Amino acid sequence: MPSKPKVPGVLKGLGVTLRTAKETMFPDGMLRPPSPSRGAATVQYPHEKEAPAPRARGVIALKIENCTACMLCARECPDWCIYIEAHKTLAPPRREGGKPRSVNDLDRFDIDYSLCMYCGICVEVCPFDALFWSPEYEYSEVRIQDLLHEKERLDQWMDTVPDFEAYEAGSEAKVKKVPR
Amino acid sequence: MTAITDRQKLQYIAAKAADARVNVELETEGMTLNIGPQHPATHGTLRIVARLDGEQVVAAEPMAGYMHRGYEKLTEVRTYAQVTTLVNRIDWLGSFANEVPFILAAEQLMGVEPPPRATWIRTIFFEMSRIANLILFLGDMGVQLGAITPVFFAFRDREFVLDQIERVTGGRFHPNFDRIGGLKDDLPKGWIEDNKRTMDKVRSFCDEIEDLLLGSEIFQERTRGIGVIPADVAMQYGLSGANARASGIDWDLRRDNCIGLAYPDLDWKVWTHPDGDSFARFWVRLQEVREATTIIDQLCDGIPSGPVMAKVPRIIKVPEGEAWVSTENPLGEMGYYVISKGDLTPFRVKIRSASFNNVSITPWLLRGVYVPDIITILASLYFILGDIDR
Amino acid sequence: MILGVELAYWQQTIIRVLAGLVAVLLLTGGVVYLYLFKFVSFMQSRLGPMEAGPYGSLQLLAEVGKWLQKEDIHTKDSDRFIFGLAPAIVLTSTFLMFVVIPAGPNAVIADLGTGIYYVLAMSSLSVIGILMAGWASANKYAFMGALRAGGQLIAYELPLVLAVIGVVIQAGSLNLQDIVGAQSTGSIFGFDGIGNPYILTQLIGFLVFMIAVQAELTQTPFDMPIAESELVAGYQVEYTGIRFLVYFISEFATAVGFAAVASTLFLGGWALPASWGLSDGAMHVIGPIMIATKAVFLVGVVFWVRFSFPRFREDQLQRLAWKVLIPLALANIALTAVLKVVF
Repeated sequence: MPSKPKVPGVLKGLGVTLRTAKETMFPDGMLRPPSPSRGAATVQYPHEKEAPAPRARGVIALKIENCTACMLCARECPDWCIYIEAHKTLAPPRREGGKPRSVNDLDRFDIDYSLCMYCGICVEVCPFDALFWSPEYEYSEVRIQDLLHEKERLDQWMDTVPDFEAYEAGSEAKVKKVPR
Repeated sequence: MTAITDRQKLQYIAAKAADARVNVELETEGMTLNIGPQHPATHGTLRIVARLDGEQVVAAEPMAGYMHRGYEKLTEVRTYAQVTTLVNRIDWLGSFANEVPFILAAEQLMGVEPPPRATWIRTIFFEMSRIANLILFLGDMGVQLGAITPVFFAFRDREFVLDQIERVTGGRFHPNFDRIGGLKDDLPKGWIEDNKRTMDKVRSFCDEIEDLLLGSEIFQERTRGIGVIPADVAMQYGLSGANARASGIDWDLRRDNCIGLAYPDLDWKVWTHPDGDSFARFWVRLQEVREATTIIDQLCDGIPSGPVMAKVPRIIKVPEGEAWVSTENPLGEMGYYVISKGDLTPFRVKIRSASFNNVSITPWLLRGVYVPDIITILASLYFILGDIDR
Repeated sequence: MILGVELAYWQQTIIRVLAGLVAVLLLTGGVVYLYLFKFVSFMQSRLGPMEAGPYGSLQLLAEVGKWLQKEDIHTKDSDRFIFGLAPAIVLTSTFLMFVVIPAGPNAVIADLGTGIYYVLAMSSLSVIGILMAGWASANKYAFMGALRAGGQLIAYELPLVLAVIGVVIQAGSLNLQDIVGAQSTGSIFGFDGIGNPYILTQLIGFLVFMIAVQAELTQTPFDMPIAESELVAGYQVEYTGIRFLVYFISEFATAVGFAAVASTLFLGGWALPASWGLSDGAMHVIGPIMIATKAVFLVGVVFWVRFSFPRFREDQLQRLAWKVLIPLALANIALTAVLKVVF
């Protein structure tokens, strides 16, 4: 047992709570006026908002021009919440005198966000860089059916996709570019 | 004078019967108390049927299964990437730790060796999930005992760790970051710097909890000598993790059977406590959080450079075979037994979760204990329902 | 009285009762906002209610409105009459406590000769209400909470009473106005700059009293009867709506009441030291403000302790009461009696 008298644990506990109360009420020290809104850990949503990290999985955006309706994302989705319908059309040949190419034309590309797990498998498996994550999260609806985002709405989310960040030192990964 | 009608007679008998029912139900000798499945102390939907004599427990039986989601059946029809996503949600507080043993087992079957940078970053996130999980435990134990302030500190300081996880993986709670052959992505610039600051905050939180909760005489009176588990009983019931180490069993899979993580290259300590009571379990976990911060600091200082993903085919078909990998998860020993028949999906995944075994000791442990001590013991054993029921 | 108009006794009583009710309710509301919503939030690094009214000041009004519009439900096997009566009994015992607490030279509803004795007697009525609530709820959790409450409240009555006896010996009277006067006009070894607040000479008694008050209010660390994470509100678990509002009000009003009693007994009540030479007329205005401030301060201490500690187990808190507090209080009485005779 230590020889000098210890402060009883209960009093130390009281001190911790009082100190936290003081730090919350006077974040700039006792000489300035109290401002608990800055000292507290609370972010008063919706008056103030915290910016999520750039990689945060908020919503999935679709670049329609890049999508070839290969169905990989719809297949890999654990919830099967991506609905794709496409038809084949003939596109003009790439060079003079060539054959017309058959391409897929997207009719329907819907993501049902009431089912989506936000796992990111669809974004990862897309071989044509058509799907991107965006940190937007304020898209809650009053009706569940409005959570089915259609092709045009997914294309609008592309504006909110941030650029990919640089990597830490020692990384060999290359920073990808977001098609704008 | 009016005659008593039949209706009045029936009403009188019914009232007496209701009284008798209430009397029987509220009789204090041999009262059966149902704790849960909806109860703030059971960390989810655990139901404990306790037979009481006054305030003492005569017998107690845990009934799990209210949260069974059929994980092992689900994995039979999901590809390995999809299983990784699902498996995040077993122990949802330290969710990256759930992915690790599964991915390690799959890597064993495929014969893929992840690059060293991936192994180190995997270990960093493994430890961060441990911190996130155990910080919540430290605050939660306070709440179960009546101190409602530590849990707010716990959530406040846990946010920093979750923010760090979000910056890399995109998800705070469900990172879904481990892949067969490495990791999904590399660390963004500035992350390691911020990590050091976050670890400092975690350490100051641990000091605060020590002052507020651990040192409090009331806390010590509530937890010392309560729910003592001797070491041999702990081993018989298959306790693992901090529960076993708090009973004096010096066993930590990170040191004794490390598969696929970077622990052999680091300098760290395994914490044990000889008492085996609730106080010991709390103390061991507090020290584990502090140890995790030093481990992460060492890891951040020495991450080898290189690629973060080995060469694996696009469509992953794991060759035939069986693999068992278990790791020292925040809750205890978690293991996956993966049987593959060479398909896109595993044939069978058996999940050995730590909390299932940790809870199995409750009938033995809760005999002769007071009702408030049930709560203390359950809080100190620390199980997550998703882990018990899967 | 003040207005120079002669009123009959019954008219005076009505005015006093109404003024007392308003004062108690306002003070309770203020204390709830200040401590339960704001101070505890700051201690936990958060902000508390901020939306209802500026800085959340109207949150209590919103909560009252919420409770008032709830459905009146009761459990199937409950005894409806007793179920409904229990909150009323608890509330009555709370308000009866305020009858003798003085807020100024004349501002007391009834200046009883048995002042402090009456207060302690009235505050123990609430035990009956709690036991009724626990039994009538026909719910095992409520029942266990009520049994714990019965044991706890009765056990902590004794330190409460014994701690007060030291003050009574020093003041020489049970009447609360006399006790206030004795503190205000008294002196410590001839130095009368701050009067003679009994907290200095009765420090042990004050600590025992405050601990006993914490237990009487069933606040952590003595909140086994409510035990949020075990019994989930214990004996109150089946109550909702207006009945729960009554419990809520009575819990905080009792806190204010006990704090007012403590400040009257130990801190000098509504009075300032007589040596400061304030006139009687001034004290009519300053008195209520003084006692309100002192009571709010002591309630703050009660809540500060409430939110910092885990709770005791039932047998541990009984042990604390019987083996620690009562001997301490008895020793305090003996010491006070000896010192009173000597000095």
